[in-house]
Amino acid sequence: MMLAARNLSIGDRLHDVSLALEPGQITAICGPNGAGKSTLLEALAGLLPPEDGAVDLGDSNLATLHPRDRAQRIGYLPQTHEIAWDVPVRSLVELGRMPHGDTRAEPVDAAISALDLRPLENRRAQSLSGGETARVLLARVLAGEPAWILADEPLAALDIGHQLALLRHLRAAADDGAGVLLVLHDLAHAMNCADRVIVLNEGRLAADGEPQAALDVSTLQSVWNIDARWIGADGKRALIAL
Amino acid sequence: MNRAVLIFGLLLAIALPLSLLAGRVWLWPDATPNAAIILAELRLPRALLAVIVGAGLGAAGATMQGYLRNPLADPGLFGIAPGAALGAVVALWFGYTASAWLLPLFALLGAGGAMALLAAIAGRTGGIALFTLAGLMVASLAGALTALAISMAPNAFAMSEIVLWLNGALTDRSWREVTLAAPLVGLGVLLLWRTGKPLDALTLGEPVARSLGVNTGALLWMLIAGIGLTVGASVAVAGIIGFVGLIVPHLVRPLTDSRPSQLIVPSALAGALLVLVADSAVRVLPFVTELRLGIALSLLGAPFFLWLLIRMRRGPA
Repeated sequence: MMLAARNLSIGDRLHDVSLALEPGQITAICGPNGAGKSTLLEALAGLLPPEDGAVDLGDSNLATLHPRDRAQRIGYLPQTHEIAWDVPVRSLVELGRMPHGDTRAEPVDAAISALDLRPLENRRAQSLSGGETARVLLARVLAGEPAWILADEPLAALDIGHQLALLRHLRAAADDGAGVLLVLHDLAHAMNCADRVIVLNEGRLAADGEPQAALDVSTLQSVWNIDARWIGADGKRALIAL
Repeated sequence: MNRAVLIFGLLLAIALPLSLLAGRVWLWPDATPNAAIILAELRLPRALLAVIVGAGLGAAGATMQGYLRNPLADPGLFGIAPGAALGAVVALWFGYTASAWLLPLFALLGAGGAMALLAAIAGRTGGIALFTLAGLMVASLAGALTALAISMAPNAFAMSEIVLWLNGALTDRSWREVTLAAPLVGLGVLLLWRTGKPLDALTLGEPVARSLGVNTGALLWMLIAGIGLTVGASVAVAGIIGFVGLIVPHLVRPLTDSRPSQLIVPSALAGALLVLVADSAVRVLPFVTELRLGIALSLLGAPFFLWLLIRMRRGPA
């Protein structure tokens, strides 16, 4: 099921953005602060109504889809790790089943296993570390078995080990057929882990394509205003500022 | 059914018959003259009213804390109780208390007015911050108008009536108040109970709740209606009884897994129990005139609130 934006505009934050995303891939949205990355993600998740243009999910316009139907297809993971009450981990993961109106054990167990949360299943939210919380919240999304996983800076506030682990889990979800769309600040992660990179600048599409093409040195110069170059082999590249 | 429902349900089942016996005169069905009349016309409606009022305030408190994701939230903060009180004060000011229905009717109108104002300001967007601010504004406006009514009372008698009534009580209530409050509070608790699942989703913040399919606008409307009915009806029949909605969810939460949906029904039961026990206690206490229930619960509630603040400073509530 494709997820596509048609001439999407929202206030001063997003101008005439058109793109079509493929399932089974990891797509990264990159760009400097204030480029409109989170706005685009929220609009694609159906949480922010477009002022102009539209978001299509398959053959349907997202705005006309019933919220429950939309929620069954699109899982959204915000940047903040807010958990207001000290609830058990399993109850949190079960929240992912809400759009389906059930707490079926099978997908909940599958999500808990996929993120290695078995030992934490009966722990309470406020006893978890930052990395554990991030895994629990991603498991909540996976438990809903959405066709699309949209995550806003899922690696922020995680150490490098947890970052790589989370990316592995997201890759596994994409390999299972889900479309994965991530807002990423770390360009090296985008370069090494994404199948496609979308670069936004001042609310407009600045580049869109395979990571090497979308994040080439001229884009780094024009969008981020930095002189930098990539070193290392494919899949293990690092960015060096000059 | 969770553990908290069982525990508070059982305690309530024990406390209710005992409360019928408690009072300045202890009632012994075999020995006390006119025991049946006292029981049927005075003690039973009063006990049932305590249960109804307490259940409404308890459920409203649990829902409010769940919605605002704040353990310090109390339904009294959000304008509906002060709105209802203002309505009742207007009835007292004009001396409309000759008809027994007018005072609760005015109180319900006041609650309805506060609800409408709240919905008009905050209902469209469904934003929590706006809702809180609107509630505080409605509360302070109603409070100011109540103070104005007191200061401009037509005579000393009306003034003392108003002040006395504002300190809620269940003294001299009859089946009339029970039949008025029961359906309204019942409907209100039902509405609040229905907000449970959306409130669970709100645990992860408003954007996640919306991404899970929660209609936050509809949730806010249901919440305003539910709290309006429970708190409005409670104030209409008993005056201002504060702190129940604040305290009760804290008594219930440790017995549950802390999900807001798991708190609403047990909080209704625990609220009923708290008000019933407190009302029995004020009847038994050897004061010259009966201690007002609203004052007794505030004396209990304010230190509890302070204790809560101190505990929260040390770690999560």
